[in-house]
Amino acid sequence: MTDATMTEFALPRPRAATADHPVARALLTATAMFFIALFLLLPLITVFAQALKNGVSTALAAIVEPDALSAVKMTLIAAGIAVPLNVVFGLAASWAISKFDFRGKSFLITLIDLPFSVSPVISGLVYVLLFGMMGWFGPWLREHDIKIIFAIPGIVLATMFVTFPFVARELIPLMSDQGRDEEEAATSLGASGLQTFRRVTLPNIKWGLLYGVLLCNARAMGEFGAVSVVSGHIRGQTNTMPLHIEVLYNDYQFVAAFAVASLLALLALVTLTVKTFLEWHYADEIAAVHKH
Amino acid sequence: MSLVVESVAKRFDRFPALKGVSFSAPKGCFLALLGPSGSGKTTLLRILGGLEFAEAGRVKFEDGDWLALPARERRAGFVFQQYALFRHMTVAKNIAFGLEVRGRRHRPPRGEISRRVEELLSLVQLDGLGKRYPSQLSGGQRQRVALARALAIEPRMLLLDEPFGALDAKVRKELRMWLRHIHDKTGITTVFVTHDQEEAMELADLVAILNQGSIEQIGSPAEIRRSPASYFVADFIDSPIRPSAEQVVPFPETRAARH
Repeated sequence: MTDATMTEFALPRPRAATADHPVARALLTATAMFFIALFLLLPLITVFAQALKNGVSTALAAIVEPDALSAVKMTLIAAGIAVPLNVVFGLAASWAISKFDFRGKSFLITLIDLPFSVSPVISGLVYVLLFGMMGWFGPWLREHDIKIIFAIPGIVLATMFVTFPFVARELIPLMSDQGRDEEEAATSLGASGLQTFRRVTLPNIKWGLLYGVLLCNARAMGEFGAVSVVSGHIRGQTNTMPLHIEVLYNDYQFVAAFAVASLLALLALVTLTVKTFLEWHYADEIAAVHKH
Repeated sequence: MSLVVESVAKRFDRFPALKGVSFSAPKGCFLALLGPSGSGKTTLLRILGGLEFAEAGRVKFEDGDWLALPARERRAGFVFQQYALFRHMTVAKNIAFGLEVRGRRHRPPRGEISRRVEELLSLVQLDGLGKRYPSQLSGGQRQRVALARALAIEPRMLLLDEPFGALDAKVRKELRMWLRHIHDKTGITTVFVTHDQEEAMELADLVAILNQGSIEQIGSPAEIRRSPASYFVADFIDSPIRPSAEQVVPFPETRAARH
């Protein structure tokens, strides 16, 4: 058989009906990669490069300096209070929305999204208008010697406001999709409300919950706008990490600013790594829960 | 009579789902609730299971006020159309669930639980599949796990909501006979919801035919075949026999069609 007869009978290479042309595929992938490199990877590298410009010891010195440590502490306090409270709220809201029908349900869903659509500056400002010296509750708070604005409570409140939707938004579609069949089955088998929640509801949503918590935490630690309005920028007292970075930057202390920034970026990277590791480690279990 | 249902009524928003349903069934009976979708049969079953609440009426079971018991204390084994297996648990864990959530005093020891699970697995012919997850089973196997799970609590009443609705015709037929066999073996009063008249007539001791929230007729399959009480019943069970003149209850759809 010659080569000529071979080509005559050769069939086109089999391809899936939905497959795109290889050139188109390569082009799309390259575009995506280019944008990720330009907008995500490059800035991240810059942060670390700037921080380490004058060596590791200079960067470390900027982090262990008292004002910086106070900012780290403040950030951890804000996230440490806001995240658990948002978990409780997110669980309650998504439970109510996905498992029950009640009046005002669609209104509640819209309301949960409010922090996403409102500018963070406004989120901070409403608390100043409510609890500030000139605000609605201002005189009463002053009489009772309670300080909310320019103090920790204000920062926690503002952080909570902007992170409100994260857990609920993650859980509502998940729980609606799962319906109430399994809970009903558990009840008919004699489980109490608490047992049903602990043994059936929670295991089914734990991955969504974890994901929501991680996102919520990342945002809580990184929030700038809303916290900036209520904090008052008192160095060593009411500055969180993002605020401290801004202060340093405005003082032309670029290396210090980038050193603290890389610590914040590191926290984000740890978050992502933990998430990826958990997803990889429990891949089988996740598949079992999501498949019907 | 062991199960007595008296004028049970329920509305969803303003739409009446059940308009005062009454009937009774003897102990150990296999009762089928048969009707088209929207006839109220599932609502009635869910009321018996405590998953839905009646607005009016009473239910007596073994001389006790059944509706006064909360769902978790009724020991009514409920089998759902979509199985509702706990997807994050193995088959064995699913079956053991009802025993493991019992209070410490009523909970059997661990060895006893696993022995019971093995027993039930072999009753539903799934020996050796205890370690699988529900997602690794076929539809017919899943429904058998659901039944084993319901039987594990030694239910006083077994409630099945179109249990074979999602399965193909062949598996349906097999499981049908097998379910009847299990019922005869355990003798548990069983209420079975279906829209398939063949399934109801073949399986049940007593068939209640529901239409728009009311019972059109209740009786043994033979009785219903012999003398359907209304045009609706005759039509629904594909009977060549038409109801005799004095029995005729006006059939709303036919009336509507004439206008």
